[in-house]
Amino acid sequence: MIRIITTYGGLLLTAMGQTLLLALCGLFFACILGLIFGLLSVLKNRACNIISIIFVDAIRGVPMIVLAFYIYFGMPALFNGLMGYNAVTLTALQAGTICLSLNCGAYMAEIIRAGIQSVDKGQMEAARSLGLPYWKAMYRVVLPQAIRTMIPSIINQFIITLKDTSILSVIGFPELVNTAKNVVANSFKIFEVWTLVALMYLVVITVLSRVAKILERRLNRGRE
Amino acid sequence: MAENNVKIHVSHLKKSFGNLEVLKDVSVDVTQGEVVVVLGPSGSGKSTFLRCLNRLETITDGQVIVDGYDITDKKTDINKVRENIGMVFQHFNLFNNLNVMGNMILAPTELKKATKAEATENALKLLKRVGLLDKAEAYPSQLSGGQKQRVAIARALAMNPDILLFDEPTSALDPEMVGEVLQVMKQLASEGMTMVVVTHEIGFAREVASRVIFMEGGYIVEEGTPEEVLDHPKEARTIDFLSKVL
Repeated sequence: MIRIITTYGGLLLTAMGQTLLLALCGLFFACILGLIFGLLSVLKNRACNIISIIFVDAIRGVPMIVLAFYIYFGMPALFNGLMGYNAVTLTALQAGTICLSLNCGAYMAEIIRAGIQSVDKGQMEAARSLGLPYWKAMYRVVLPQAIRTMIPSIINQFIITLKDTSILSVIGFPELVNTAKNVVANSFKIFEVWTLVALMYLVVITVLSRVAKILERRLNRGRE
Repeated sequence: MAENNVKIHVSHLKKSFGNLEVLKDVSVDVTQGEVVVVLGPSGSGKSTFLRCLNRLETITDGQVIVDGYDITDKKTDINKVRENIGMVFQHFNLFNNLNVMGNMILAPTELKKATKAEATENALKLLKRVGLLDKAEAYPSQLSGGQKQRVAIARALAMNPDILLFDEPTSALDPEMVGEVLQVMKQLASEGMTMVVVTHEIGFAREVASRVIFMEGGYIVEEGTPEEVLDHPKEARTIDFLSKVL
């Protein structure tokens, strides 16, 4: 085990770094997508609601591994077929980021919709009655309250997304699982390597969720 | 009654929720400085009527003119009109994410009515007026119902409105807190604020109202001075209602 760590530890740590990079890129765009589609679903506009429902249902209805193949292999194949050889190429990081942000974005949209709807309607009415336009009322009054109720679900979704990066080993992104496969192929230390990988995920996710808990407590301090 | 004294002009107002017609035909004028108290059984449409006056409810048909602006006209900037009509709600609706001061200065500063310093100074004056100067830093969850409602009134006043609408302001309060809120409202009335008040407080109507409107079934059944409506009601439905609440 020690031999494995000294020989391959650096490689696996670098791979963990790639995992975190991919997760961060995915989460960043997922938050944006989630906010956009979450807001579209609470607007009093049927067309906006339908757009949001279609996005969420389409993404939730497709396994992420299929989405990954679709974006990494399917989309370039379609465009190259239409526009000529190699017209569009995506790196594994780009494809992975798109895939994660779409997938996580759909769930985030649902979390944000539920969070906004959990805020009493009177809050919006009171803000509007003072003359504040809809978006100002949303931004200054409703969203800050919604976010507080959303935080536990958002943290949960972040952890799921971090773990979901492992699925993107199938498109050859050098994250932890993909790298571990190569290490196993080189060293034949199957049990040791996968134990190490499991522990690495466990440590990172445990630390992140503890930090998140502390943050959550900070945010709620002095209120209610 | 000079035309330019009319603050709110409502003619043939109708409001439906789907197939349910809540307001069938309501016409009324409110002049400057008047305190109009709207009474009626629950489901009579009085809250809906009030919420039509600042278009919190979309208006199905008829005309509502507030401060000279036709708010039934889609082109009217409703936010501008709302700046001049404060509203006080049954459930207070203080912004839970902000403290009392934050509640008071949000709209004036966001809408560029005042700088933060001016808004804060004005807010302190208003809090003093409603007797809550020491609560400026408190969050809504730390206040009693009566205190919340007084802050809500002060928050509405912070926009310096011409008209105040009250939607059952004391209905969600414990009995011992009703008095402190009514006291603030009486003070406002005596200072000449134009007020439309939906309430079940007959005593308040008798003491403060310049006019009492009795609504039932989406119509105004009877209106007049408090003496006329409360002591000498003419309509059978008014008599019936009053016999139950008095």
